[in-house]
Amino acid sequence: MNATTTANGHAEGHAGGHPDHGHQPAGLMRWLTTTNHKDIGTMYLWFSFAMFIVGGCMALMIRSELFQPGLQIVKPEFFNQLTTLHGLIMVFGAIMPAFVGFANWMIPLQIGASDMAFGRMNNWSFWLLPPAALLLVLSMFVPGGAAAAGWTLYPPLTIQQGMGMDMAIFAIHILGMSSIMGSINIITTILNLRAPGMTLMKMPLFSWTWLVTAYLIIAVMPILAGVVTMTLTDRHFGTHFFSAAGGGDPVLFQHIFWFFGHPEVYIVIIPGFGVVSQVISAFSRKPVFGYASMVYAIAAIGILSFTVWAHHMYTTGMPISAQLYFMYATMLIAVPTGVKIFNWTATMWRGSLSFETPMLFAIGFIFLFTLGGFSGLVLAMAAVDVQMQDTYYVVAHFHYTMVAGALFSAFAGAYYWLPKWTGHMYNEKLGKVHFWLSFIFFNMTFFVQHFLGIAGMPRRIPDYALQFTEFNQISTIGAFGFGLSQLLFLYIAISCIKGGEKAPAKPWDGAEGLEWEVPSPAPHHTWVVQPIVK
Amino acid sequence: MALATLAEVAWADYQLNFQEPATKLAREVYDLHMMMMYICGAIFVGVFGVMFYSVFKHRKSSGRTAATFHENTTVEMVWTVIPTLILIAMVWPVTKTLIAMRDASSADITIKATGYQWKWGYDYIKGEGEGIKFMSVLSTPRDQIEGRAPKGEHYLLETDNNVVVPVGKKIRILTTAEDVIHAWFVPAFAVKQDAVPGFIRDTSFRAEREGIYRGQCAELCGKDHGFMPIVVEVVSAEKYAVWVAGQKKKLAAAAEDPQKVWTLGELKQRGETVYAQNCAACHQPTGKGLPPAFPAIDGSKIATGPKEAHLNIVLNGKTGTSMQAFDKQLSDTDIAAVITYERNAWGNHAGDMVQPADVKAARQ
Ligand code: HEC
Ligand code: HEM
Ligand SMILES: [Cu+2]
Ligand SMILES: [Cu+2]
Repeated sequence: MNATTTANGHAEGHAGGHPDHGHQPAGLMRWLTTTNHKDIGTMYLWFSFAMFIVGGCMALMIRSELFQPGLQIVKPEFFNQLTTLHGLIMVFGAIMPAFVGFANWMIPLQIGASDMAFGRMNNWSFWLLPPAALLLVLSMFVPGGAAAAGWTLYPPLTIQQGMGMDMAIFAIHILGMSSIMGSINIITTILNLRAPGMTLMKMPLFSWTWLVTAYLIIAVMPILAGVVTMTLTDRHFGTHFFSAAGGGDPVLFQHIFWFFGHPEVYIVIIPGFGVVSQVISAFSRKPVFGYASMVYAIAAIGILSFTVWAHHMYTTGMPISAQLYFMYATMLIAVPTGVKIFNWTATMWRGSLSFETPMLFAIGFIFLFTLGGFSGLVLAMAAVDVQMQDTYYVVAHFHYTMVAGALFSAFAGAYYWLPKWTGHMYNEKLGKVHFWLSFIFFNMTFFVQHFLGIAGMPRRIPDYALQFTEFNQISTIGAFGFGLSQLLFLYIAISCIKGGEKAPAKPWDGAEGLEWEVPSPAPHHTWVVQPIVK
Repeated sequence: MALATLAEVAWADYQLNFQEPATKLAREVYDLHMMMMYICGAIFVGVFGVMFYSVFKHRKSSGRTAATFHENTTVEMVWTVIPTLILIAMVWPVTKTLIAMRDASSADITIKATGYQWKWGYDYIKGEGEGIKFMSVLSTPRDQIEGRAPKGEHYLLETDNNVVVPVGKKIRILTTAEDVIHAWFVPAFAVKQDAVPGFIRDTSFRAEREGIYRGQCAELCGKDHGFMPIVVEVVSAEKYAVWVAGQKKKLAAAAEDPQKVWTLGELKQRGETVYAQNCAACHQPTGKGLPPAFPAIDGSKIATGPKEAHLNIVLNGKTGTSMQAFDKQLSDTDIAAVITYERNAWGNHAGDMVQPADVKAARQ
């Protein structure tokens, strides 16, 4: 892709002429009031990493308790609070904001826009996050403790909980508002602020994936907000949506929740697809194979994701006809997912490959995400799922998709764009070490959980029968290894911000896209004059 | 402690696949899973064979320049259609097994399994053994859980009363729950069915081999979700008949004279057992509860105040909290005993008694 830029298009462009430059508040006020997409993107990324550490500490407490049979470290009721908060924080506090951070930073750069469409709303959508996170974390210290019904929040268990549950509900409302605002911003930016010549079908895949994701978010977050509000009114205002005694149905909650929940899992992974597509192409020095079919596959996944929700509910006792329908629909969604994997493989085929850290994480992503896809396929088979549902097999499945999937793609993206963000190259050696440690410890933690699930160990239990001991011990050791390895990432990122080899505008020779035409670090204002894409 | 842990590690035999199936359908599920493993394994090797060939052969460091192709409609069609066909081939046998699994008709024996926080109640409602009912509670001692005693072989997978069924007979299980959602899960039968409060669902199995099969609740149901196992004993027809006769005798013996007047000592003694089995999980053996989730009984307003309020909360529970209604779970005598116990244990000295007849009257 080529862009002609006028002399003040970037680099020197912001040196003068624009009155607001250089007059922004300094210190804390700068961050509180900023409407700059790069500042906001940076804050999203830091926030998400902080939440990742908080959620990670909870995970390590869970794994410590599960190191041995018996109750040693935490009480069962606290254990349930930990699993619940871990899930909510990782999904809504770590993974989703991480990709919104990428979107903020990269979408304007990629499509040649000078900023996001709605700067103030952008600021607001970030600053909603910290209070929501605070509500979740502080709920651990209120009477009765935090919500302890699992991140899926099934009633009637949620009706029994203390005020921690209400705090979680409000946190979800706020997080939902934040994601919806972020999405409106992204959609408007992509649809209206593309540079002349940047047609939709020329748009980099990362921006494409976010366009689909943003629509998914707008479609389903209100559903989640609605269903938790129904829980709230059942708890306090005498409604009986989910109580059979009052004419309601507890399973109704599950239908509504998963109507949100399945698209949600794609919200988590689709931007990762975009990152990986671009990284694979850059380090294969070859254009993405089947760009058009990639776009169609993403759109197809987005649409189909609304039609499969009850595959999470095979054991609730729905009629056989519904079970069969959801099974067939779920199998169908595996086809576009498969297409993406074939396309990535074909992109690498006969390329000129090199294996810098982003590429390692991208290949690690494809490898492990495919395993997660296969276990998803096994779970989709309703007859087999009866054995697996609510066991550790499901835990293994979704960690292969969410950690080895979404998180690994976020790392791939972070290493890929760090030079653009900071103006320095990160330490390549340490980056590779980070990858290999993550890869090994990830598998050590989660691969064995497949065996636990198949052998019948239920999920969300603080104590287990003796035959599950060995695999749990391996898993716990792996988890600590994985957790500690992430501190290495923190070190790499900070040293890259502080210094290191100067990064050229385009540090990766195979990379394509407008973002590589602005200097590194990307100046505070870019594309003040729109580039023209030929 | 360390030694005990080591010993446990040495015993436990780890396992890579499903538990040995004990029903025809569980075997089918086992085979389906193996089929999936082979197919997915083959695809995996195929795709990553190609990718790793690329990784090793198409390296920049070995001086390769990249090809420029980026599209091929035929190839893309092929790899869309072939996976679709493979999926259709996989889904066919699964459909057959699923339909068979969901057929719970023409059962020989029907048992209702009711989930409570945190135990299972069983009612034999049809077939041989009709009328038998009992509660089934984890029997692993607290000391083992808290590490004060070495763990037994069936740690956490043992109950005081096992479900007993005859071999080769089709057993239909109706599931429901009293408080929150639970799930009745026995891996060796490939049976898992949510127990939803206010609704009745069903599932079934026909065990082919005698033996003891162990499972656990499989839906998060609160604090002691990990501590409500399911143990099914599959026995021969003769043994089953003997068990049924024994249970019937027990039930008859348990049906006390409702008019009998008990002494305070008798009630307290019986109440202590009832309390330990039904209330201690939440209100704790010490009566101190786990506030604020579970209030203390020791010194509580209700347990030291008028009897009527105390009877009311135990019989009817309190909606919106985990305090469940015990009217259907416990007999008049048991309720009388446990209330009397609560009013006169620890620091409570109400000094009064609740007689079974009072409970009977309060039920109306
Ligand atoms: C699953 C947990 C659970 C079990 C088991 C349980 N309770 Fe409760 N109980 C509660 C909760 C929660 C409350 C508080 C209800 C409220 O908010 O008023 C409560 C309240 C009570 C109270 C009123 C205390 C007060 O002063 O407010 C009494 C009396 C009581 N339970 C008796 C019993 C008896 C007797 C049993 C056994 C037969 C029992 N409970 C079993 C959870 C439980
Ligand atoms: C090939 C694609 C996929 C298929 C066929 C698939 C299938 C399934 C099925 C059937 C379940 C329900 C299992 C059960 O509860 O018994 C499930 C659970 C889950 N999946 Fe997937 N999945 C796929 C991809 C993904 C992706 C991409 C993600 C997220 C990035 C994901 C995240 C999850 C999560 C979080 C759960 C568990 C939810 C819970 O119970 O807490 N899956 N998947
Ligand atoms: Cu799903
Ligand atoms: Cu349970």
